[in-house]
Amino acid sequence: MKRWPSLTLFTVTLFALWLLLNDTLAPGQLALGLILTIAITLGTAVMRPLRARPHHLLAAVRLFFVVLLDIARSNIAVAGVILGPAERRTNSGFMKIPIDLRDPYGLATLACIITATPGTVWAGLSPDGAALTIHVLDLQDEEAWVRTIKYRYERPLMEIFE
Amino acid sequence: MIPVDIPLWADLLASLLMITGGALTLIGSLGLLRLPDLFARIHGPTLNNSLGLGSVLLASILIASIQADRLVFQEVLITLFVVATAPVTAMLLMRAGMYRRRADGGKKKAPQPDEST
Amino acid sequence: MTTLLPFAVSFALIAFALAMIFAGIRLLRGPAAEDRVLALDTLYVNSMITALTLGIQFGDRLYFDIALLIALFGFVGSAAMAKFLLRGEVIEP
Repeated sequence: MKRWPSLTLFTVTLFALWLLLNDTLAPGQLALGLILTIAITLGTAVMRPLRARPHHLLAAVRLFFVVLLDIARSNIAVAGVILGPAERRTNSGFMKIPIDLRDPYGLATLACIITATPGTVWAGLSPDGAALTIHVLDLQDEEAWVRTIKYRYERPLMEIFE
Repeated sequence: MIPVDIPLWADLLASLLMITGGALTLIGSLGLLRLPDLFARIHGPTLNNSLGLGSVLLASILIASIQADRLVFQEVLITLFVVATAPVTAMLLMRAGMYRRRADGGKKKAPQPDEST
Repeated sequence: MTTLLPFAVSFALIAFALAMIFAGIRLLRGPAAEDRVLALDTLYVNSMITALTLGIQFGDRLYFDIALLIALFGFVGSAAMAKFLLRGEVIEP
């Protein structure tokens, strides 16, 4: 019975998306959505070998707002770099960050966060999972980037997924 | 057509969002021309994908909700989809670029994906 | 009463058109294939935003579905092309 929570979470999410796509609460669509989502959940169960076990919903909500704020701030920073003088546009580069997060869903979320934030793009993970490579547009203070990634994103993700 | 009887706050807010979105999209795409190499250029369009698209979606939600006199938030679907997919394209392009130009001297040398420190 | 929104929407449409022209220039200039794929992806995103803006201007929900479809097909196309550049194959055995 261990697998029911994540199964139902997936079903509920799909069901909500179906209703949102049709923009309705009509009984016919409710029934059709219920049948479809349960069938899809059962049919794709074998294709999802790893089950994510997210907990600490509060930490997830806080992380969401932290990421939103960071996206807004780095939007302004990257816009400044693009409109700025030529020498600021040429100090981009790769850097390595040591990392302790091991959960695959956590790593996927971290990759999405890093890439969705303008100014940093995920560029790879070493095979032993100990260091990740990112590409930074405005590479001046490597320490600051390491601190941002480790404390602002990695800690909450470890809390949520491990 | 745009409804003529929208309240003043919604008018101002939606206008601000549209102008922000337009300016950010313009700057992000300008980055494609102004940034020097491929790896730097990948950062440009992330402006369109994040806040540029986000503010236009918010403005669209606002105007559609006022028009329909109820909360219309179908745009959340596009947000979810773009949030899930835009990083995938950027990461694939980044890795394709690294893979195809290993020999690049100096600070901007693309590291081997399989080397560890 | 004159509202501000039509002017803001017109400004945004002009900005998106210019952005698409920039992406088009990068698409034509290259130099590498990755640059062209990146420019094409930007073109997709910009046209999706333009569809949403047109939806605001004409007050028609149909534009939302257009934007959703552009997002879906744009992602599939860009991801397939990027994957092809990375491996030389889109679907590996």
